[in-house]
Amino acid sequence: MRVWRLEPRARTPAILGPLVAALSLAAALVIGGVLMAIMDVNPFAAYYEILRGSLGSWYGFSETVVKAIPITLSALACVLPFRAAVWNIGVEGQLVMGALASVAFVRYCPESGSVAMIAGMSLASAAAGGIWSAIPGFLRGKWGVNEIISTLMLNYVALCLMDFLLYGAWKDPMSMGFPMTAPFPPSARLWAFGGTRLHGGLILALVLPVAAWFVLRRSKWGFEIKVIGENVRAARYAGIDVTKNIVMAMFVSGVIAGLCGMSEIAGLHGRLSRGFSVGYGFTGVIVAWMSGLNVLALPFTAFLMGMLLVGGETLQVVMSLPLSSVQVIQGLMLFCVLGGEVFRDYRLRGPRAAGSKEAE
Amino acid sequence: MSESSAPLVTMSGIDKIFFDKYANRGVDFELERGETHALLGENGAGKTTLMNVLAGIYNPDAGRIYIEGQEARFASPKDAIASGIGMVHQHFMLIPAFTVWENMILGMDSVPFVIDKRNVTAKITELSERYSLPVDPGAKVSTLSIGERQRVELLKMLYREAKVLILDEPTSVLTPRETLDFFSTLRRMTAAGHGIVLISHKIEEVLSIADRMTVLRRGERAATVKSGETRKETLVRMMMGHNPENLRRKRARFGQTVLSCENLSARGDRGAISLRGVSFDLKEGEILGVAGVAGNAQDELCETLAGLRSPDSGKIILRGENVAGMGPREFIERGVSYIPVDRTRTGLVPNMNMRENIALKKYWRKPAARGKFMLDWNFLDDLTRSLAEAYSIQTIPAESPVRALSGGNLQKLMLARELSDKPSVILAMHPVWGLDVGAAGFVRERMMEERGRGAGILFVSDDLDDLFEMSDRIMTIFEGRIMGIADNPSDFSRERIGLLMAGMAV
Repeated sequence: MRVWRLEPRARTPAILGPLVAALSLAAALVIGGVLMAIMDVNPFAAYYEILRGSLGSWYGFSETVVKAIPITLSALACVLPFRAAVWNIGVEGQLVMGALASVAFVRYCPESGSVAMIAGMSLASAAAGGIWSAIPGFLRGKWGVNEIISTLMLNYVALCLMDFLLYGAWKDPMSMGFPMTAPFPPSARLWAFGGTRLHGGLILALVLPVAAWFVLRRSKWGFEIKVIGENVRAARYAGIDVTKNIVMAMFVSGVIAGLCGMSEIAGLHGRLSRGFSVGYGFTGVIVAWMSGLNVLALPFTAFLMGMLLVGGETLQVVMSLPLSSVQVIQGLMLFCVLGGEVFRDYRLRGPRAAGSKEAE
Repeated sequence: MSESSAPLVTMSGIDKIFFDKYANRGVDFELERGETHALLGENGAGKTTLMNVLAGIYNPDAGRIYIEGQEARFASPKDAIASGIGMVHQHFMLIPAFTVWENMILGMDSVPFVIDKRNVTAKITELSERYSLPVDPGAKVSTLSIGERQRVELLKMLYREAKVLILDEPTSVLTPRETLDFFSTLRRMTAAGHGIVLISHKIEEVLSIADRMTVLRRGERAATVKSGETRKETLVRMMMGHNPENLRRKRARFGQTVLSCENLSARGDRGAISLRGVSFDLKEGEILGVAGVAGNAQDELCETLAGLRSPDSGKIILRGENVAGMGPREFIERGVSYIPVDRTRTGLVPNMNMRENIALKKYWRKPAARGKFMLDWNFLDDLTRSLAEAYSIQTIPAESPVRALSGGNLQKLMLARELSDKPSVILAMHPVWGLDVGAAGFVRERMMEERGRGAGILFVSDDLDDLFEMSDRIMTIFEGRIMGIADNPSDFSRERIGLLMAGMAV
């Protein structure tokens, strides 16, 4: 009988994780390449353009980092509840709520000085994102309401609320009908670096993952979250308050998402406009998984995603490919990474059972 | 049955390697038609691994399998079932939300797209009559008792026309009475020409039912003997490689009452009252055995006493303080240690490493906690290392999840964590359940030490031998009520306790 079969690995070699991730990405690029070839586009030329556009110049590089900032933060917002096996798919909505709260702060306290303004916006956006996220967290923790559905649906509520304000009360009279707020005063702008569009959000994207690593690894709370995610019965047995911790994890997740929304509009755009987030909250889910829920890996994976986005813009210009072609590759990456996980936990054994043939 | 003279199953030179270690090494095994062949051995001796190889769950790393003289290679359990080999696992593989007949045909390739339900149930009824395995084909599995579920598993294999039935610790879930019925069913099956492999720890049972016995020790075959030609002590020696020590029992020195329940009632998971007005006292240095058939509210009793279930009414008095209504954390901090029966589902986190599993009950307080928020992993590392040594737990890499450990090692790990805090009350549910002779002896020994130290121990078991050996007093529970408490060893008669367990007043 010629049969290949999967067997659980007794032990996972340390290099296997990164190796599987790299090969999964390669597989996604190959499949994406085939798709491009079908569309009569030379995949090598296309990938070259992506690389050139994203890394080929200082400008391209800085743009990639600009994209990596919100992706890192969104992914971080996903990882915390994911660790507790709570599936927060609502980061996009929490990010929007954070952005709305910072606009509100700017509108209603316009006289604040720069420091007070930034502190106020941060607090407001963190609170808004956190509360928006804690609501489904509470429903899940207290009554077991499926958080995947509730967080997903709350995204649309947040987006509609944004539309309602942008087309109504908060619309900039000078915007010639475009759905956007008035530009922020200089006091409400995060610091920019040099002549680039890099902004203070970069600090958040670099500091928060390290802080999260420390909390997850070293704190009682991080341990509680992990126990809840791995075995909720054991968590109760050890006297861990599961409801409270799920709400907390969701709240902190929303806080990070809210700050991400704030940093995008106060750091990058300088005003709130419709479509300021090109689905970063969803890209965050992909990046969280691609990083194996390892918070220190997030900035790097996010950078990779940033390359795709920036390179995708180049593709649009140079090869007149639609931006969705890049989103296809993103989707393929998630599929391949999720599929590739099998090879981290199992090994493929050939029809001749003897020996230990391993395949990645 | 075919006339061929080849044995039903021949396994020769089977190797199976996990963790770079041999789980099975050069094992030979043979099963004849109409034979019950028992596989004996300590936990981790490789019994289940060997049978998983036969059932197509694992590929052997070396060796050959012959079914009725024909070499067989199984790529999956499906292939094994097609060759007439069926395995009933220790943990049943049934879908509770499905009915008996739905479970019966689940996963069968031969089931047509449109299912002929009447045909299926007729066949089930026929089989259940032939082998006297009474079960209602239309009943939902979730409504069935453990004994009934086991019958469904057996019928499932018979329905698939299995010639070889592998039963992994089948009696561990049965009452003594059910075990007798079960054995007569097995005899009926062997009489019909089926071959049965019985994986077991219980030597006495095995001697009463098996024709031959194969003893495995550390993955290798120690011996294969005929049932009539061997004695219990010989088998134990072959399993362990040395004579087990008898439990040294010191005279009890009871102290003050540490725990007392007054009229304690609690609801089960489905919301109905299941613990009904229980009252008893537990003293320092005492082991109070709780005898009862599984499912008579022992779980609810222990969970209520551990703070995991809040009582409906009644008092729980710990050293003079009524703690009824408090949460598990408060109970833990007052020195109540709960050793649940389901090690991997409740007591431990299989995907976490040893250090984290030790931390589970310690992380929030000194010395494992540093300040209000932080954990001291260095301390926990050292503690884990010293506990692993003191409890002779198999060493695995520090970062490896504990799911890699055998049942005995898991139990030792849990005991190490629970007992290292010197609890004043220990709620031990079936603490030797599923353990091999060596590990079970170790656990009993440790319980006795705790008793000597002055802990009050509630010892829940359905194994009368164990209860008689360990307990200072025995309390019998039936349908959530205390049927009686035997205070003197002279009251410990099998018949009396057995009747009380069955709900008959004595």
